[in-house]
Amino acid sequence: MATQYEMEMIDSASRAQQAMEGELHGEKMIINMGPQHPSTHGVLRLVVELDGEEIVNVWPDVGYLHRGDEKIAENMTYTQFIPYTDRLDYLAPLANNVAYAYAVEKLCGMDVPPRCKYIRVICAELARISSHLLGIGAMAMDIGAMTVFLYGFREREKIYDLCECICGARFTTSYTRIGGLANDMPDDFLPMLRSFLKDFPRTVDEIDKLLTRNKIFIERNRDIGVLSKEDAIDFGATGPNLRGSGLEWDIRKAHPYSSYEDFEFDVPVGTVGDCFDRYLCRMEEMRQSVRILQQAADNMPDGAWNSPDAKILLPEKKATLTKMEELIHHFINVTEGINAPPGEVYFSAENPKGELGFYIVSKGGGAPHRLKIRSPSFVNLQLLPTLAKGHMMSDMVAILGSLDFVMGECDR
Amino acid sequence: MTPVETIERLQLRFGDAIGTPVEFRGEYTVTVSREKIVEVCRYLKSDCAFDMLTDLSGVDNYGDDPRYEVDYLLYSLADRIHLRLKVHVSEDDLTVDSVAGIWRTADWHEREAYDMFGICFRGHPNLKRILMWEGYPHFPLRKDFPLAGIPSELPETAVDAGKVERAPMLGGPFVGGTGTRHAIQREPRHYDTIAEQQEALKNPIKKEPV
Repeated sequence: MATQYEMEMIDSASRAQQAMEGELHGEKMIINMGPQHPSTHGVLRLVVELDGEEIVNVWPDVGYLHRGDEKIAENMTYTQFIPYTDRLDYLAPLANNVAYAYAVEKLCGMDVPPRCKYIRVICAELARISSHLLGIGAMAMDIGAMTVFLYGFREREKIYDLCECICGARFTTSYTRIGGLANDMPDDFLPMLRSFLKDFPRTVDEIDKLLTRNKIFIERNRDIGVLSKEDAIDFGATGPNLRGSGLEWDIRKAHPYSSYEDFEFDVPVGTVGDCFDRYLCRMEEMRQSVRILQQAADNMPDGAWNSPDAKILLPEKKATLTKMEELIHHFINVTEGINAPPGEVYFSAENPKGELGFYIVSKGGGAPHRLKIRSPSFVNLQLLPTLAKGHMMSDMVAILGSLDFVMGECDR
Repeated sequence: MTPVETIERLQLRFGDAIGTPVEFRGEYTVTVSREKIVEVCRYLKSDCAFDMLTDLSGVDNYGDDPRYEVDYLLYSLADRIHLRLKVHVSEDDLTVDSVAGIWRTADWHEREAYDMFGICFRGHPNLKRILMWEGYPHFPLRKDFPLAGIPSELPETAVDAGKVERAPMLGGPFVGGTGTRHAIQREPRHYDTIAEQQEALKNPIKKEPV
């Protein structure tokens, strides 16, 4: 016997009528974005709740790149940890080296000679330009402007050449040492830097022309992901993300380290706090970095580039091989590490992404009892749900790009 | 206001809940009793302009009593000063009140401290693991957790299920073991044959926790 079904066929006109009467609501949809997605810049996974195309909520899921750097640090000497700092924000390894070196030097209560400070400023600012070029390039590429990324990489290649010149490595630099540097900068570094500084502003202008008045870029970024000043402070945002919201706070100005008080530069701030303001801040910061680099190259002090403290710094290689006392110092420094005093210090530096802080708890001896890395990407990424709610799914890539995070640093 | 003045105000208001301040390299640390931490933080934010929580971190002082501590690094944008608060947490009662209601940035920081040390933050809106995966049974930054890690059941990967062959982490011609043995023994050339090395790797020497 054939089964009979009753079906109701509503004609399309009455269906449209029904839709007009009631409020439109569909089922919410949960989608996964990442951990392997080109615009999550690494291995960030986002669980996004969508109502149609509108973002209702988003839960960032971090930790895919967790390597236990803090645990590793507790099991090695202070000097041995320097290469691990390269791998935090791997777009600006030089800046991480500098921040870490200052943190341990603060613990040991030592100072470095002016030449060392100036070279470290050069390192930090080169890293800033390199990181911002990639940040802006990746942000523009996610939105659809491919060219900027390539122009940015052309300049980053020159910065890598400079890194190679100064420390021999292009990517994982490990240039600083506790109490100084691995080596003085070679003679041909400053001419190379000067020629880079001569050419580089032209690239910034080119990027400026490509993006800043680009109608599509403006439409995709203006009033998207607005971060109020109060929220930024509440969430502990730092770096261009905080300054984009209109607060003029820069560690280089607020707590000058590494002789930043000698340099003349301006701190750009935004007005609205949207994606476009964060972009503008990064653009201007690159120009200011060029100013700082120019001053550092012009006023580079002569003299020692390493702290004379033999108990902390490795002696010169030649002396180690020919003299007894230096050999002993070398042996003790390598096997036992420096003898840091017990105490707790926190040192933070203005890195390209924001405030990179090292909190060191020392119980004395060569290895830290606890080393906490306060990474700007980890803190800034927490803003994402606040910024993304209410926007379209396609705005997510603009917001992610404008936050400019690196998962290596976020997950540590 | 300087850090010293702030601490004086705290001592005046909270009395015994505030310990003796410690100064080291220009940084001020003050111990706060565990019960009062939220009250102290709220007071510091509303009355002393500490509008930013820069960092929150757990520390494991293995062998001491109380074993754990939580460090709060506060920052005042107006006065441009830091102040560190320290709360001691004993192993028997691993809970601290959450400050996520005061600074929203504390949300992830506290999740991290929970993830790494197992310190529970009472009143936290969403206290679950953040860097390790959900269901991971250990707290890796504790001092009694070995550097080489502890094998865990979760999650089942393709390798564990036997679908994929594991890459040689140990026992390969160029790979020495890490963490568990002395540097000399890690060298592959310490052993005459590969079979001998693999035999040695089967019985790892566990280092005592520091």
